[in-house]
Amino acid sequence: MTTKTYKTVTFKGGVHPARDGKDLSRSAAIQEAPLLDEYQVIVQQNIGAPPKLLVKKGDEVKKGQMIAEAGGFVSVPLHSPTSGKVKNIDRIPGPMGVPTDAVIITADGKDEWGELMPPLDWKNTDGATLKKRICDAGIVGMGGAAFPAHVKLSPPPDKKIDYLILNGAECEPYLTADHRLMLEETEKVLEGAAILGHALGVKNVFIGIETNKEDAIHALLDKCDAYGVGVVGLKVQYPQGAEKQLIYAVTGRKVPAGKLPMDAGCVVQNVGTAAAVTDAVKEGKPLIERITTVTGEPIKNPSNWRFRLGTPVSRAIELAGGITQEPGKIILGGPMMGFAQKSMDVTVMKNTSGILLLEKSDVIQYQSTACIRCGRCLSACPMNLLPGSLSAAIESEKFDLAAKMNVMDCIECGSCAYICPAHRPLVQHFRRAKAEIRNRSKK
Amino acid sequence: MEEYGIYIAAFAAMAIIGAVLGCIIGIAVKIFKVEVDPRIELVTELLPGANCGGCGKAGCADFAKSVVDGENAPNKCPVASQEQVAAIAQALGVELGESMKKVAVVFCGGDKNQEKVQTLYNGVSDCISASLIAGGPKGCAYGCLGMSSCARACPFGAIEIINGLAVVHPNLCVGCGKCVDTCPRDLIKLVPVDAKVHIYCSSPEKGAVKMKVCSVPCIACRKCVKAAEEGQFDVKGFLVGVNYDAEKLPEADIVEKAKCPTGCLLTADKHVKIEESEKKDKGEAA
Ligand code: SF4
Ligand code: SF4
Ligand code: SF4
Ligand code: SF4
Repeated sequence: MTTKTYKTVTFKGGVHPARDGKDLSRSAAIQEAPLLDEYQVIVQQNIGAPPKLLVKKGDEVKKGQMIAEAGGFVSVPLHSPTSGKVKNIDRIPGPMGVPTDAVIITADGKDEWGELMPPLDWKNTDGATLKKRICDAGIVGMGGAAFPAHVKLSPPPDKKIDYLILNGAECEPYLTADHRLMLEETEKVLEGAAILGHALGVKNVFIGIETNKEDAIHALLDKCDAYGVGVVGLKVQYPQGAEKQLIYAVTGRKVPAGKLPMDAGCVVQNVGTAAAVTDAVKEGKPLIERITTVTGEPIKNPSNWRFRLGTPVSRAIELAGGITQEPGKIILGGPMMGFAQKSMDVTVMKNTSGILLLEKSDVIQYQSTACIRCGRCLSACPMNLLPGSLSAAIESEKFDLAAKMNVMDCIECGSCAYICPAHRPLVQHFRRAKAEIRNRSKK
Repeated sequence: MEEYGIYIAAFAAMAIIGAVLGCIIGIAVKIFKVEVDPRIELVTELLPGANCGGCGKAGCADFAKSVVDGENAPNKCPVASQEQVAAIAQALGVELGESMKKVAVVFCGGDKNQEKVQTLYNGVSDCISASLIAGGPKGCAYGCLGMSSCARACPFGAIEIINGLAVVHPNLCVGCGKCVDTCPRDLIKLVPVDAKVHIYCSSPEKGAVKMKVCSVPCIACRKCVKAAEEGQFDVKGFLVGVNYDAEKLPEADIVEKAKCPTGCLLTADKHVKIEESEKKDKGEAA
């Protein structure tokens, strides 16, 4: 371990969830999931245009073969997680509770790679080629948003980018996938950071990481100099890993209301994304697997796994030893921003950072009441919004007023709803307003 | 006598000022006169005066103006009865317009007794909000959420949520169409009043998938199609629907003849009755 020091920074607002739950799986090394006999790969795993299917029922596929091509600029292709046969194109439960198209692949057990893309010597490769490779490998933001990575790397020419920040905050309680990745595959993450920096032509490359991951910080500090990457400690505070909060903590820059990180000269990528970029560039491998934490009190052996895309959640839970008690909630992602699921038939996607089961006693059905104007949501909101007043405006369907009060800047972090003593469903209101305002501006 | 002088002077002054101002107003009226078409007022009076906006105009007066201007035919008011439309047409000496009264139908039969409740939901009680987070508590991802967004939008109180299912009372619905856009699941459609029967299901999934979450889905067995005349029903994938453009719409007796195995093929009256009786059963039990 080095004696090198690092500085610790933070942002204004946010909350400190009472239980972080990370101890459950923090020390469980990443395990390789065994090959399953079937994978159900959801076709749309990225935000933006859905990819266009290239295979049909009965087709033979190889591991890593493109099974759907990008459906536009804001879209990425999709690749087969193993070799085998397309059993069917069917509809399975999607992560948002609505059935979605999926390619059902029966594995042949050989797990044979198809033709890989040629490895690139990234130091002598131009940015455009690297970005194309990142897109061709189907890489999206793996922290949860699933936004195509190459789009964020392609700012318009008039926007100068000064900083690339890698997000290793993992501020969601319970999740430890990024932690284990940074600890066990330190160099892959650092090299990915360097590649991304090179593709952007940026010299200032930093990794931001919450200080509850001391071992990972030191692992990174040990090796970071060789890659020209700086390590910044972040105070443990939710939502430290939200783009705009991270940018402020690391650079002191504020992203103007309604603008993107690139308007503040910054690009943020997740550490998992960086590792996937290394694989894609150096080995020509597309994104077909990811690291996911399977955790929660009802799970027998909370642990971190490398799952292929399309692994059913029910199988993932079995691999982690199954359940010891009937869970109260199944969540894809973390407890703050993840999505509660209706069924265990959903499958692992590119952005599934965690599979979290909560105990029945932790899932309390609160009755929400009127706002008592305590103002706690104001101090918790990292975006300086007025959640209480906003929700009142939205409840009476005053969407224009909500727009004036900058509801569009809400990052849906849930800090306000977490802290509200009246248990008001604040974030749900804001989601509704954002959808409504977006619809109106389209008209 | 003298003490009254001041009063007389005051009255006289008032009278003179009044007369002068009166003349000015009189002249101003002549100069700035706005021609108001008396027919607009006439038509406004003949309209139902619901001000619902179902015609696409700002209100009844605005619509009246558009009728007088020839922009709209009188029957474009969805609320007006045949007689009212005829009266307006006669008063203006214009064509009635091709008339087709419509009513709204919520194409789902999955009330709380029929459709499996899969999860607890204690979020905002509003269909649009619920559809944004995993789609509410019920099992069917296409069915009615039953949180009243449409009922709140209806200016005529024609939609009632019974047992967690939106039901249109055909006798109250005037076909203004306000509810149609509010439903996040696109379950509501305006259909011709003459249509007697409907298939209360909107899920495009396979029959087996639907049966898992609902006891009254359309499983596309086509019994109704076979019992009916050519073209009265449309089969779209795993869902059958009445073809509302058919020359001859299916009669009410098709329900008897088809023997729909799940019971999603119903007349509108029967649909309301089933739901209401279930409400009563529940009420007695409670
Ligand atoms: S925290 Fe809740 S009760 Fe307090 S002001 Fe905000 S919305 Fe109102
Ligand atoms: S049910 Fe719909 S169409 Fe019928 S009156 Fe109400 S809002 Fe208008
Ligand atoms: S018909 Fe649509 S808007 Fe009306 S209650 Fe059902 S889901 Fe909600
Ligand atoms: S299956 Fe059909 S009837 Fe049942 S809830 Fe879904 S849409 Fe409604």
